[in-house]
Amino acid sequence: MTERVGTAILAVLAWVGDVSLFGLRALKEAVRPPYEFGETARHVFEIGWRSVPLIATSGFAIGVVLSMHTRASLERFGAEAMIPAGLAIALIRETGPLVTGLLLSGRVGAGIGAELGAMKVTEQIDALEATAVDSFKFLAVTRILACIIALPLLTTIMDFCGIFGGFVAEATVSGMSWHLYFRRAFSLINFDDFIPATLKTAVFGMIIGTVASYLGFTTTQGTEGVGRTSTRSVVFASILIIMTNVVLVKLIFFFFPERA
Amino acid sequence: MDGTAPEETAASHERNGEPAICLDHVTKTFGERKVLDDVTLDVRAGTAFCLLGRSGTGKSVTLKHIIRLMKPDRGRVLVHGRDVVALEGRELAEVRRSMGFLFQNAALFDSISVGENVAFPLRRHTDWPDARIREVAKAKLADVGLENDYDKMPADLSGGMRKRAGLARAMALDPDILLIDEPSAGLDPITADEIDELLVDRKKKGTTLVVVTHNIPSARHIGDEFGMLHEGRVIARGTPEELERSEHELVRAFMRSEGSG
Repeated sequence: MTERVGTAILAVLAWVGDVSLFGLRALKEAVRPPYEFGETARHVFEIGWRSVPLIATSGFAIGVVLSMHTRASLERFGAEAMIPAGLAIALIRETGPLVTGLLLSGRVGAGIGAELGAMKVTEQIDALEATAVDSFKFLAVTRILACIIALPLLTTIMDFCGIFGGFVAEATVSGMSWHLYFRRAFSLINFDDFIPATLKTAVFGMIIGTVASYLGFTTTQGTEGVGRTSTRSVVFASILIIMTNVVLVKLIFFFFPERA
Repeated sequence: MDGTAPEETAASHERNGEPAICLDHVTKTFGERKVLDDVTLDVRAGTAFCLLGRSGTGKSVTLKHIIRLMKPDRGRVLVHGRDVVALEGRELAEVRRSMGFLFQNAALFDSISVGENVAFPLRRHTDWPDARIREVAKAKLADVGLENDYDKMPADLSGGMRKRAGLARAMALDPDILLIDEPSAGLDPITADEIDELLVDRKKKGTTLVVVTHNIPSARHIGDEFGMLHEGRVIARGTPEELERSEHELVRAFMRSEGSG
């Protein structure tokens, strides 16, 4: 039993090591010419722009729910005036970045894993290599970079849609004006709250792009393997995002102690 | 070993002309299974070499070694005198640009149109304007009878049409070497003949062909020299007439077969 657990732990560590090397290689290749600007921009559009409806809708709904919960808690202490600020802090510092990362690991991670997996099993990746194109750079690096660029932008959209959702909920209950709500929401927030929390999603983007691309490139066993890659991309990226978030929050508190 | 021994043939070919491709004692193992077992063969520039053999004997694997999609466990693979096994990066890309590869299942990029599949190598490796790239891609598609299918998606094509589109893509950059994996598989006899004619035409223009096929009439039409792989080894090598007189019953049976595909 102990031996089996040990073997499993070693296998997990070996896998994490392989994925990390894959990601580091991607970063190294990203700064080496020739650059794939066009392909990267196309993926930023595919990954970023096409995710806006999901992120905006989710952000709005989360804002509404957070507002209701915040009201229920603060009402007891007669601190309703703090509702906009409380919601904005929760959204911008933690909820927005984490939920965006998890939603994107589902939408984008599954998509990248399935697409590259299908290309692998149908020899399209080999066909790229045969036409003298660096498949790693063309397929993996461009998608990883696109995820790194898109995640902070989408997180910003999530934050603002969430705050807007909170306003709609609050205005419905208390009739608070738009102007007053936003003044109160941003009264306790400054760039030190927004920048580190939003930029940490670039790391989430790196995780999503790297895990999904790695799994896509190592897909075997035909269409069944493609399905497995798609599922694993979501599961592994989500777990890694949640675990990495713990470390990143600790680092943010270390470098910005006033945020703790 | 049958017909002429590979070493003797290699020597005689060296005298006749520089080999464009040379596999030198190549061995490749997948798990427990030795797919290529000390394979040595060479293909003279401007000739057509037909690689025969039953399914699963390592023919496609041989082609993939030539374009360095696979690395051998042992041995060297020389293309125009350069060992592709040792090449990486730009040098490898340079050698690959001199080759075109038709995959067994065509391996078209399914997210772009048929025409853009053919245009893809041109967009990557030339600085031609878009109009010229489209014009050349259309001409390559016309060569394989797909002039009206530029804007179709690969999923909208039949298996035979995909194969032809794959051939057009392989020829897009007018490579010195064409590696063709089963050109007539899935094609009707008339189209298969047209593809054979196209390959013969390419050969006359100086392109070196390595063709994996089970279609003996097609191979006789295209090929200058045949090699037969069996259980990872080259068991026969020579002209069609030499293989017909082979001491191996399997080789003679293969040469007698008229099956297509």
